[in-house]
Amino acid sequence: MFDIIKKLAQTFGPSGNEKKVAEVITGLIKDKVDDVKTDALGNLICVKKGAGKKIMLAAHMDEIGLIVSHIDEKGFLRFSNVGGVHPWGIVGKRVVFENGTTGIVWYEEDKDDIKNLKFDKMYIDIMAKSAQEAEKVVKVGDMAVFAGDTILQNGRVISKALDDRIGCAVLVQMALNAPETDNEIYYVFTTQEEVGLRGARTAAYGIVPDMALAVDVCMTGDIPNCKPMAVRMGDGPTVKIKDGSVISHPHVKDRLMDAAEKNGIPYQLEVMQHGGTDAGSIHVTAGGIPSGGVSIPSRYVHNVAEAVDMNDVENAVKLLEAFVK
Amino acid sequence: MNECSELLKKLCNLRAVTGRENMAAEKIAEVLRNYCDEVTIDPFFNVIGLKKGQSEPPGNVLVTAHYDEIGLIVTGIEDSGFLRFAAAGGVDPKAIGAMEVIVHGKKDLFGVIGAKPPHLISPEDKDKGIKMEEMRIDIGYDGEKAKELVSVGDMVSFVNPARELMNNRLAGKSMDNRSGVAALVELLKELKKLHHDDNVYVVATVQEELGLIGAICASYNIKADLGIVFDVCHGDMPDAPGDETFPLGKGVAVAVGPVLSKKHTRGIIKMAKDENIPYQVDPEPGDTGTEAAAHAIAREGIPTILLSIPAKYMHTTVEMVSTDDVTAAGRLAARYIAGRDKA
Amino acid sequence: MKEQLEILKKLTSLDGVSGDEGAVRDYIISLVRDHVDDYYVDNMGNLITYKKGSGSGLKVMLDAHMDEVGLMVTKINSDGLLKFQTIGGIESRVLVGKRVRVGEKGVPGVIGFKPIHLQSKNERSGAVDKKNLTIDIGAKDKEQAEGMVEIGDRVAFEYDPVEFGDNKLMAKALDDRVGCAVLIELLKHDYECDIYGCFTVQEEVGLKGAKTAAFQVNPDIAIVLEGTTCYDVPDTKEHSMSTICGKGPALTIMDRSVITDRELVTHIVKVAEKNGIPYQFKKTISGGTNAGRIQVSGTGVKVAVIAVPCRYIHTPVSVMDISDFENMLKLAKKVLESLPVSMTLYREQGGIENV
Repeated sequence: MFDIIKKLAQTFGPSGNEKKVAEVITGLIKDKVDDVKTDALGNLICVKKGAGKKIMLAAHMDEIGLIVSHIDEKGFLRFSNVGGVHPWGIVGKRVVFENGTTGIVWYEEDKDDIKNLKFDKMYIDIMAKSAQEAEKVVKVGDMAVFAGDTILQNGRVISKALDDRIGCAVLVQMALNAPETDNEIYYVFTTQEEVGLRGARTAAYGIVPDMALAVDVCMTGDIPNCKPMAVRMGDGPTVKIKDGSVISHPHVKDRLMDAAEKNGIPYQLEVMQHGGTDAGSIHVTAGGIPSGGVSIPSRYVHNVAEAVDMNDVENAVKLLEAFVK
Repeated sequence: MNECSELLKKLCNLRAVTGRENMAAEKIAEVLRNYCDEVTIDPFFNVIGLKKGQSEPPGNVLVTAHYDEIGLIVTGIEDSGFLRFAAAGGVDPKAIGAMEVIVHGKKDLFGVIGAKPPHLISPEDKDKGIKMEEMRIDIGYDGEKAKELVSVGDMVSFVNPARELMNNRLAGKSMDNRSGVAALVELLKELKKLHHDDNVYVVATVQEELGLIGAICASYNIKADLGIVFDVCHGDMPDAPGDETFPLGKGVAVAVGPVLSKKHTRGIIKMAKDENIPYQVDPEPGDTGTEAAAHAIAREGIPTILLSIPAKYMHTTVEMVSTDDVTAAGRLAARYIAGRDKA
Repeated sequence: MKEQLEILKKLTSLDGVSGDEGAVRDYIISLVRDHVDDYYVDNMGNLITYKKGSGSGLKVMLDAHMDEVGLMVTKINSDGLLKFQTIGGIESRVLVGKRVRVGEKGVPGVIGFKPIHLQSKNERSGAVDKKNLTIDIGAKDKEQAEGMVEIGDRVAFEYDPVEFGDNKLMAKALDDRVGCAVLIELLKHDYECDIYGCFTVQEEVGLKGAKTAAFQVNPDIAIVLEGTTCYDVPDTKEHSMSTICGKGPALTIMDRSVITDRELVTHIVKVAEKNGIPYQFKKTISGGTNAGRIQVSGTGVKVAVIAVPCRYIHTPVSVMDISDFENMLKLAKKVLESLPVSMTLYREQGGIENV
């Protein structure tokens, strides 16, 4: 399964540019599902047919990144954020464009306290000597993502873009396992989650499932002096109770907890105060779709390197398989 | 005590923390059944009452009032047995110190939100606001027992039985927006006396405090040609801007603004004048922050009226309304539905 | 061009504060009714026009919003002065000393301000507090004022358009009457695709009208025609200028409401380059447009935004370069004319399609 995670995490796909990720996923699971579709927003919708309930499982393909807003005469690139990026967290980090062009993020050094750093005082250096040279490889409006390997160490994965390629990997693995069920399963790989939960909305509108789960990452409370949160990496996937976008439907939440209890799958309960997931937008689509979520506890979410525990990942697959039975 | 006060007291004492309205849905349905032809509960626990119209084919009027209340959600259980919590809905941390609560765990547990005694607060800290993450709920059990009875994600509601004050005023928790639900009942009572062509769907909605979620679902599912929303607006308060607050007991506030139907708003104001029902005008330059914002843009758009009941001390446990305004809201809406011009 | 410019000037002189777009809508109907196959005004007040194409059946929604930012009377003081709040985003510093029209009767008024002589030291250096401003219609007391205005009355700026300088136009409400003027002109021509020209309401109070319009039209593609922010005045670093006046219509890649469709924007760029029409990309990602609402309507819509850069947007003295308006017209027309040929694939991809 690590190979799937690595392949997905290393594929370029900032919000609005998820096509390559969709192609990789299609390649992996198209033989295991009955139908593969895309819609106008680029959502990839894979259906395993069944006569029972329509269950939508959503993981978003997009990752956070940067967008070039201006190329100055010396060839430095100015940028804005795509999704939630901390200015101080990316100083000195490598970014890479779709065509492989690599850059270093830095800031105008004469500026005061780095805590107050804003994107308009920062730039990307792609080693171009002039605007003309820069424009040969990068245009205004092009997006870049963070660069970094995907590695497995002590049973835990360190990588860029685990939010939410790890969710994609869970759904891919599940589709490959092809769990037996009468229910109709929609494996939905959504777009533009990081900029406002957009893709999930149109995908859900096209499907109108009986219930839906967002499979995403959540924060943990197990690192030194962090904000308290009753979730630890390695203690199992979470059953979402609440995040910034949704309070899970009680029946969906109960069904998940039952599935975990009956099958002896470890799980934790998640109350995340900030940050939304696709469940938030699916919930209110087409007259209301009961929604909830399963999350992979993840440290350092929205940073250049994020981390998850393989046990949580594997148990998330088991939990979802038990849920859809 | 008048009938409306009696009902509103009963409604306020129900517990329906936003997102977990299943706690009270059946009880709300019971109330509506006395006045409706059909009552159903939808998958989101919106309680939908239908009072059938007398023309064929009837138009559809959608009247909503949310019945969810703000509360807290347990985020952690400490080894000492104290509970950490976060807000469910817009709770002001300054307003919940030393408050009685019910924790909806394996069973309902009484608890209090503790507060530091004044003797132990340093002079510097006295001027600072308190943050929710610094507060704890004390349910009187040790860590082991607390963890057995309470889970992360359990909801917490405030305790404060509604009490009667002078001049038909009631104070208590959840006047926002059980007074709107009481207005639904007043509307239904009034409709019984009148001939009305349209099907009237009265919906006690859920999850308003989380972003109008119940209303978004209801206004999509019930295809209406007129929407009416009952909610609360700010009552007159010292220190508050005079154009955003309204005196209690002077009638329901009829909102005017971009997202509200000009035709129907004018119509209902005329109706209030003609029928001598007290009203006030509430200017709403934005999207109102109420369910009217959801109805207005549902499907093809539902022309919508917003009627607000002035409430003092909003989002505290002593929200105060005048039941005269509640009755006025219900009567006015009923008269308008019965007499509206369909042209 | 003369005619289109006169239409634009007339459009900006009409009042259409959000929720009160009737006067603008009536004028637009009078201009387009003979050029479209059908039109109607929906529940919210959107004007939806339909023009059948000669070919592919590709459904293209064109959106321009009719509403403008303004004020609303919220209280009548005992001295006859009117308290107000803003509708849409207006900075308090641009309100001082402005000419306004109140309500449907257009009662003339001004926004007064405490003379500098009487201001305290703090008041002199501090920001203007909107709460201290009132509209003066000259009423001698509350009773007289109540005879002229009502609480809830919309208030619009009273500024006539002026052509000045090197091909510049100053007017109120260029955002988005300039889009309306472009859309009116576009509807006068014939295309292969089916055109739904939507003049929408309540954009400035949260992109409201576009939501119900898109729900009704259910298009394959939508192009939003806008007036956008432009800040190319001295002391702004080049990379902070969102657009530059006179450098052609601006295309949005991303803002707070939307990431536009990559293929559609690429197509527009190709059309511009092929026809030698200048264009620019909007450089900042602030603000939002109706594209955000339309994109997520139904099963999703491919969207793009084409906008005329407007300096001092959301003030009564917005300024645009007339050449940007002309080029936007040219570009939008060429894009529509070329859609059926190069975009047959979109028809297949619109909605849900098998890979």
